[in-house]
Amino acid sequence: MASVPQLQRQFIEYTTSLHNEGYLDDQFSQLQKLQDESNPDFVVEVVSLYFEDSEKLLNNLATALQQKSVDYKQVDSHVHQFKGSSSSIGAQRVASVCVHFRNFCEEKNLEGCLRCLQQVKQEYILVRNKLEALFGLEQQILQAGGSIPMME
Amino acid sequence: MSIEYFEEEDVPHVLAVDDNLIDRKLVEKLLKTSSCRVTTAENAMRAMEYLGLKENQQQNHLNGNGRKVNMIITDYCMPGMTGYELLQKIKESAVLKDVPVVIMSSENIPNRINECLEKGAERFILKPVKLADVKKLRRQLTKC
Repeated sequence: MASVPQLQRQFIEYTTSLHNEGYLDDQFSQLQKLQDESNPDFVVEVVSLYFEDSEKLLNNLATALQQKSVDYKQVDSHVHQFKGSSSSIGAQRVASVCVHFRNFCEEKNLEGCLRCLQQVKQEYILVRNKLEALFGLEQQILQAGGSIPMME
Repeated sequence: MSIEYFEEEDVPHVLAVDDNLIDRKLVEKLLKTSSCRVTTAENAMRAMEYLGLKENQQQNHLNGNGRKVNMIITDYCMPGMTGYELLQKIKESAVLKDVPVVIMSSENIPNRINECLEKGAERFILKPVKLADVKKLRRQLTKC
């Protein structure tokens, strides 16, 4: 069983690597800054909403792109939502793919859209896994009686 | 920890309008962290209903039921009625035209920004919204 200082070090290293690798950007730090004693689960709450919302959007996108006659305005609208919420929580890589995705929507390029759907799904799954791992580390620290280090 | 006691009227009441659930939650938290009372609406129609701007709603100088609003912050891109159209309606209202309206958008389009400012928007904020953006707004509100 790792000690609190060891867990805290792991947390700092993991958070730093997530930023360095571009999975998370400064907006995620903004969320963390908003968490306080009156709202100790704020980040988990918002991110959980993001996960729920994203999974719905991904399903809607798959359905929309499977139609015989694809409504690209509708597809674009879903991608716009996905880009927005991803940016708001700091999921930078997901948001970046959404930008390309919107371009393909504008061009009504089905192949491009389908490729982007795969890509955005992959990036989403990656960031979801990483955030879940991060929250898991936080839980371990708290359960061991420690506090979550503040990241500057 | 310092506790400040506010009279009901001293805490600014902000109406936040955004069709994106995550953004709504984020803006709400940002405003609450900046000591504002927040009401959220998921689209412009709901916002209009809340403000008493829909046709056939009675317009009175108190804006009914303690719904006095000190600021409205709205997303630009929303289904149905856009934030710009909502801004227009607010500015056309004798009761609400002096309430500051802030527009948020994820897209940095100069024409759009100018259009909103010319229509009387207090400020245009680029998303994602940050604590610094809201703190700036809050400082402005205390001057009112």
